[in-house]
Parts: sequence; C-alpha cells; structure tokens
Amino acid sequence: MVDNKNGTMTGAAMVIKALTDQGVDTVFGYPGGAVLPIYDELFKQNQIRHVLVRHEQGATHAAEGYARSTGKPGVVLVTSGPGATNAVTGMQDALMDSIPMVVLTGQVPTFMIGNDAFQEADTVGITRPCTKHNWLVKDTDALSKTIHEAFYVATTGRPGPVLIDIPKDVQFADGVYTSPRNAKIKTYEPRVKGDLTQIQQAVELIREAKQPVFYTGGGVINSGPQASQLLRELVAATGFPITSTLMGLGAYPASGESWLGMLGMHGSYEANLAMHDCDLMICIGARFDDRITGRLDAFSPNSKKIHIDIDPSSINKNIRVDVPIVGDVGHVLEDMLRIFRSGGAKTDAAAIADWWKVIETWRAVDCFSYKNSDEVIKPQYAVQRLADALVKHGDYYVTTEVGQHQMWAAQYIPFEAPNRWMTSGGLGTMGYGLPAAVGVQMAHPKSLVVDVAGEASFLMNMQEMSTAVQYRLPVKVFILNNERLGMVRQWQELLHGERYSSSYSEALPDFVKLAEAFGGKGIQCSQPGDLDEAIAEMIAYDGPVIFDCLVEKHENCFPMIPSGKAHNEMLLSSDVDPEKIANAIKSDGAVMV
Amino acid sequence: MDLKRGSSSQSAYNLRSALPEGEERRTLSVLVDNESGVLARVIGLFSGRGYNIESLTVAETDHTGHLSRITVVATGTPMVIEQIKAQLERMVPVHRVRDLTVESPSVQRELALVKVANTGEQRVESLRLKDAFRAQVVDASLKSFVFELTGDPEKIDAFVDLLRPLGLVDVSRTGVAAISRGPDGM
Repeated sequence: MVDNKNGTMTGAAMVIKALTDQGVDTVFGYPGGAVLPIYDELFKQNQIRHVLVRHEQGATHAAEGYARSTGKPGVVLVTSGPGATNAVTGMQDALMDSIPMVVLTGQVPTFMIGNDAFQEADTVGITRPCTKHNWLVKDTDALSKTIHEAFYVATTGRPGPVLIDIPKDVQFADGVYTSPRNAKIKTYEPRVKGDLTQIQQAVELIREAKQPVFYTGGGVINSGPQASQLLRELVAATGFPITSTLMGLGAYPASGESWLGMLGMHGSYEANLAMHDCDLMICIGARFDDRITGRLDAFSPNSKKIHIDIDPSSINKNIRVDVPIVGDVGHVLEDMLRIFRSGGAKTDAAAIADWWKVIETWRAVDCFSYKNSDEVIKPQYAVQRLADALVKHGDYYVTTEVGQHQMWAAQYIPFEAPNRWMTSGGLGTMGYGLPAAVGVQMAHPKSLVVDVAGEASFLMNMQEMSTAVQYRLPVKVFILNNERLGMVRQWQELLHGERYSSSYSEALPDFVKLAEAFGGKGIQCSQPGDLDEAIAEMIAYDGPVIFDCLVEKHENCFPMIPSGKAHNEMLLSSDVDPEKIANAIKSDGAVMV
Repeated sequence: MDLKRGSSSQSAYNLRSALPEGEERRTLSVLVDNESGVLARVIGLFSGRGYNIESLTVAETDHTGHLSRITVVATGTPMVIEQIKAQLERMVPVHRVRDLTVESPSVQRELALVKVANTGEQRVESLRLKDAFRAQVVDASLKSFVFELTGDPEKIDAFVDLLRPLGLVDVSRTGVAAISRGPDGM
C-alpha cells in the first residue's frame, strides 16, 4: 500500500486497504474499463485473493456460496454497465435469502455520468430495489468510510447485499483514508436483544403447549453457530418436534431425535401436518413464505404463534402472530433458555408424549418413499446413493441449482451442521449451484463440495467450470439428467393438461466431453447397479467433475402441497392416480406460482 | 337528497370516493437523511410492493443536519400500513417514522394554487367563493384569477370542485404537510 507524502492515497488503493481492514481474503470479480485502477492495486498486493469468474452473475453466486459457508460477507468486484447489470440476479438472490454481500462496481467518471458514456448504466438506480442499501461515491475522501459502512450494513441486522458504485475518476484521485472504527451510521442500529416481557410470554406458552412445533429458518444460520447450538439445547430441553425451511437445514441435525424433516410445498408429511395441527408454533428466523404456508386462510388454524425475527417487517407480513419478538435469534434463544430453565424447564410432558404418538402415525406414512427400479436410475435413488457416499466421506458441503433435483437433495441429504447447505431459496435462481460451489470450495479447499444439479440449470452458468479448473477447485457437479425441465414438466402435467410446452431440453451437449473440454473429468452413469462405484470415482477424483447421471425422465417430486391448498391437502407419491392429479390444482390455485 | 359523490352541488367536504372495505388512510411522517436518491428509495418501496400513495411531500427541514421530512398519505389495511411503517423504518437513511393519524393528534395542511379564467357573473361568483373559503388572490388579469388556498385536502377538493363550472383552468397542489399537535417533536 503506497501512501502519498501528505498521508493520502488514491481511491483505488483505498479500496484495497478498506477491504483488507475488513478482513476480506477473497474477492470474486471480473475486470473492465471502469475498475482498472482497482485491478492495478490488486495486482500489487498479496493479501487478497482475486477469483476471476467467467460471468459476473457467477461472481455474485460464488460470493454467496463463500458467505453462506463461512458466515463472512462475500465480496464482488465488477465493472460498470454490463458488469453491474449481470450482477443484478445474484444481488436479488442474496437479498431474498439474507446473504451478506458487498458488491463494488466501477462507474464512468463523474463528469461523464448521465451522458450515455460507453458502458454506462444507472447502477444505483437499477440496483436500488435489489440491495439492502447502495451508494454512489462521488468524492474520494468519502470512499473508505462508505466501504466500512457498507460492510456494517451488509453483515448486521438481517444480512443482505449492498453495492458501492465507484466512478473511475474517484479511483484515480487522492483522498484521506478513514479507518473502520471511525465509520458509523447514525440512523442504522438493528435491534439484537429481544424484549424480555415478550420472551417471558413465549416461555409461558411453551410450558403450557400440548401440541407444539418449532418452525425454524435461515435466520438461525445467519445468527451464527452459537444460535444453532442454543436451538439444539432448547429443542432438547423441551422435547418438542422441530421442522425447518429449505434455508434452515443443518441448524438442527438431521439425525436429531426431534427432527421432522423439511416443511413446505415439498416438505415431509409429518412436518406439514404437525404445522397444521399444532397448538403452538415457535417460528425462529423464518418468514412465513408462500412455499411454507400454502393457503393462507387455512394455515395452522388452531395455533398460537411466536415469531422471532431480527427484521420487524417480517413479522405480521403474511401471518398474524400472537407473540412477536424482534431480535437476533442467538440473543433471544439465550434469554429464552435462561428464563425457561429458571422456571424448572417444565413442559406438559404427558401431552407432548401423546403429540409424538400422533406424529409417529404420520411418520409411518413414509412420505419420501418411491417406486424404485432395477433398469433405470430413479432420481431419488441417485440422490440417496450420493447422500450415503457423502455421509461416509464426511466433511461435505452441498449446493444446488433450482428445480426437482433441489427438492430431492433437500429431502434426502442429511445435514448435521449449519453452513453446509447452500441453495437459492427465495429467488429460485437456476444457475446458482455451480458458481456457489466455486465460492464454497475457495473457502474450504480441503472439503468435498458437490453441486446437485439438473442438466438445464447447469447449462445456465456452466462457464464457471473454467473458473474451477483455473483455481484447481475440485467441485463435483452431480447432474440428475432427465432431459427435461423437470419441475416445469411436473407443473405442466399437473395443471396444464400435460401440454409440455418448451420443457424438453433438446440438443443437450455430451456432458463427459464437455467436462473434458473444460479440463475436468466427465463420468456418465445410466444403470442403478453402477451408481455407487461411479459416485465413489467422482469423489475420489482430485479435480472438477461433471457427473452425468441419466435418470428416469418423467418422475414427479412428491410429497407436494399443490399451490392454493392447505398443509393437510398434501399429495403423496402413492396418490398418483390421474383423477386425483387432475383435481389437485383448481383454477384459483393455478394462478399462483 | 340523492347527491352523487364528487358533484359540485354538494358542498360538504366528502367528495373523495370511499376507501375499499377494511382500508384506512394514514398520514406518515418520515425523517430521512437528505442524501442522493432517498426519495427514489421511498417511492420505489411503495411502487415495488404495491402500496398506495395518495400524497407525498418532501423538503429539507434541517439544512445543517441535512435532514428531510417526507409526509406520505397512504391507504391500506391495518396490516399493510404496519408493513409500510416497518419497511420504511428499516431503510438505512430513515431516522424515524411516525403515524400522525393514530399516534397523536396532528395538524394537516395542503396549499393549492387555482387558476380560473372567466368574466361577468362567473368572475363575481368565483370571488365570492374565494372569500367564503378564505383564499387569497395572488394573480389577477382582466380575464383570470389565481387563488391561493391553504387547508386540509378535503377543503381544497371542495373549493376546486365549486370552481369547476366557473372557468377552472389549472390546479397545482403541494400535497399534505403534517405535524403533531402539542409540545413534543418527532
């Protein structure tokens, strides 16, 4: 870091110093005209590793994978115009899944802004709705302070993406550096401690509950490993059943005895019925999203609801709750456990035991069962075999793309710890999984990182194979190849009269040759009997692998709560007779997504 | 008497169409840092999430601290209003949000400039209405007047509606500015 004689430095040097002071070790990015001064500074130093992605969307998802698996903010550096617009999808993805991310974009020089300059776009205008906050820095003296503020906003409260737009003249000009401790935002101070009377009230409800359920989400994971630990203690202390959203998997271990499996549209039968029939719902760091609630007016009609969330706007948004608690999950659970234990940690044990008996009858339905085959690989079977191999290997991280394979991965792969599962939950971004795996593998070079993919999603960001090869990242892309846009096909079967409009992946590449063309390894498997050996080969290979698993083409993902239906109107795979399917989704449900 | 809403023969201050069942009208006062783009953020929140704005005013009210005060009149169900407040409060440049409709008694005023072009009896009648509403003449020609009127939005609605058959040309309204009654500030 070269400081000038008068204690100033260039804006570009300031960016590197600010990132270093924030503890950043990895930046995902792509250079271009408007960020060249910053790339020049990157070139001169060794503290920050820069990962050259192959598309700016890849940079954002890689940063998300890095952030989700480490708990630290992901950092992205891209150029103006198309660099910034390509990053939009990843920012919206991070916004919806509450992933801390700092995006630095170059901008045309201040004196050219508004003149339709080459590679100019109104980046702060375009990204205003898809960031938690954004800044256009027009003065080099304000640059470092803004970067520190941006990290603070991205990582505190409900985490999310922020963007700093830096015109090229600001990068060249000299200014005074502000250290992180001198940068504080006066208006922004999220509440972390929950209100004690509300927590007391929640504990009273917990003591009296007869049919309770914990419904937990990504907020537990965002709150840090301590929050997951406290959650486990609270579940153990109460003996209550627990389910989680897609985003919250791993906070409570899948092998835990109170675990009901994931809930929601493709969640487990026992989890959804427990949600429907409970008398007390304890929502922790989840947001009553439509994939969870199903039909709103039929959602858990007889329960009192406690909702812990750091974001006040998540409370009473879709579902009115009885005891709202605004605060950080870790802090609130700590107080809740203390108050619960100080009163003798008592629950209505007899009623809870009866409740578990009811739940066991639902569990006996075995909702994730499917009809296996000796001739063709069932996608569920493939994921089960993969899960088995992962558990045997240990120390694994899983990312996914979006669609049926994502749901099967959530259903069949067990997670024992938080930060091990990265998926695009809120936005549902196809093409998320491979770049996210790149980000995870950068942070955890020794661990096994698998992207469970569909062939169509993979094709959306497959260029990142090149990144994986360049940085020697041995990510494994496990493609459930059904030559279909599986989830689209499933919906067309269920509610569009089996008219399969554009849901057929034609002209697919030879994935083995594709892997080899990138410099990785390709494996194809089409026989159920060969699966275990092929998966072992994939895991053993020291480098990126594309695993082309040819699966049954018309398998549907069950269980399923059809849109517009209630939790207790779930479809199971055993229900699959044409009439029931034809009546599954009525026209009022069909307008929903 | 069967009077149509919005009819100029009706002098009462209830010309606005009724709100849909279950919806309420609230005046929110929002104190924000006067930084670039802050108004776009607030407006974007309303349009992006489909909330209704009836009126919005903004101006810097503290020139040393660079604070602006935004007054928003919004409509929605109580649950939506609660959402609007929570969404505004979590924006980084927002200092405070107050609901001036329910949190305290408040004063609400709007200013309008109203131009009429008329002669003869219509000109005389428009001046009578100006006096009745305690408006001011701020511009006059032989064929026109510009009136300035301050009041709550319903009063301005009524005045404008009465002038409509009397040669109304243009109306410019500021939108509502509001402040709580009593000694306490935001």
